[in-house]
Amino acid sequence: MISKRIIPCLDVRDGKLTKGIKFKGNVDIGDPVEAAREYYEQGADEIVFYDITASSDKRDIMIDVVRRVAETIFIPFSVGGGIRNLDDMRRVIGAGAEKISVNSAAVQKPEIITQGAKAFGSQCIVLGMDVKKVKVGKQTPSGYEIVIEGGRKYTGLDALWWAREGERLGAGEICLNSIDADGMQDGYEINLTALVSDNVRIPVIASGGAGKPEHLADVLTAGKADAALIASMVHYRTYTISQIKHYLSDQNIKTRMLW
Amino acid sequence: MIAIIEYNAGNITSVARALHAIGQDFVITDDTKMLDAASHAIFPGVGAAGEAMAYLKHKGLDAWLKTCFQSGKPIMGICLGTQIILNQSEENDTNCIGLVAGVTKRFPENLQAAGQTLKIPHMGWNSVALKRHHPLFEGIDPAAEYYFVHSYYPSPSDHAAVVGITDYGMNFCSVLAVKNLVAMQFHPEKSGRPGLQILKNFCAWRGNDI
Repeated sequence: MISKRIIPCLDVRDGKLTKGIKFKGNVDIGDPVEAAREYYEQGADEIVFYDITASSDKRDIMIDVVRRVAETIFIPFSVGGGIRNLDDMRRVIGAGAEKISVNSAAVQKPEIITQGAKAFGSQCIVLGMDVKKVKVGKQTPSGYEIVIEGGRKYTGLDALWWAREGERLGAGEICLNSIDADGMQDGYEINLTALVSDNVRIPVIASGGAGKPEHLADVLTAGKADAALIASMVHYRTYTISQIKHYLSDQNIKTRMLW
Repeated sequence: MIAIIEYNAGNITSVARALHAIGQDFVITDDTKMLDAASHAIFPGVGAAGEAMAYLKHKGLDAWLKTCFQSGKPIMGICLGTQIILNQSEENDTNCIGLVAGVTKRFPENLQAAGQTLKIPHMGWNSVALKRHHPLFEGIDPAAEYYFVHSYYPSPSDHAAVVGITDYGMNFCSVLAVKNLVAMQFHPEKSGRPGLQILKNFCAWRGNDI
């Protein structure tokens, strides 16, 4: 049977990790390619890169990072952040990424999902959703709303509606990030994750809130997620991916144990 | 020299990078003379059956694959490359190359496991239960998992062609082999060390299925 996926997420700015990651011998690694190699060795099932480079004239640096990652690790990886159009997608995929994640651009221009799926196949297009809990209302019947610009801007879109719409438009997967839980290390938003996962036929990656292995166990069972995104808990060496997988295995949650 | 058959179907560069990582010389080409000169042929692919077949026919590569299969040259199919070596695909009712008797089918809706409806595509890591020995799996732990991403699966008519099966709410054929042809639904180039070992084994394989 299929394994649940454990996916570390790396934030990259101007070709460097935004926070140094502590690895072997407590050395800070600032190079995303070396960090990707380290997580590959630890048993990551996939890696997500999020490019937060602000200026567009530095975008080529990320393409170079993608190319070097593709030569270094032999598992799937995706790239999100700053992807605005088909040309951006083509460059990232051409450099060796399996998947591209669209978030704000998809809200502003939903047709980018369909265009991407037509050009590269649905399996390449991940719909990234940043979600905040709101009052249940006419506009947001699920009680969750899509936000963009790092959570600063409310879009008026109901999160559950948008997930289904994204699937209909051709997204092959959803990366569902709870802005409320993000960075708190207090557990994933289980209700939100289960709600979305129950209502789409494409895989859902849960994101935001992971602080300990128990959190992953919860979101992969009660939250019905197909995969779990992790960041701080492995970046600061609190846990290794291998430790997390062994914990999950003890809880009878199947993950890939040989790599 | 290993040839990667070039056609408009996706993951060719990732296969190339994996061959580079195992120190294997390769050429990416759709030129039948260059393909003839190669010792082994890899037939990769991501995308839709219909478009892939149209392109292959346009380039005469469907006919070349048939001749190549007859010649005894080792051939390896990956993902879409595996699906379209059968006679037919349910994906847009496409007539395929027909190196191996059988059809490519779509996963039924509402596949269940542990009380949950399974997602389509089947995307992620899964294991392969070998039904018989095959040289490509030499030296690989039977518990190894491989990266899959697909909504259709190959269903060869002859059970003897089934080398490996995978469970996704139902058992499907994930590895098939006939003589000098071996084909898998998963992506060895994206399956970590076990995947790279399969590629190594293929490059060392003489095409004998024992």
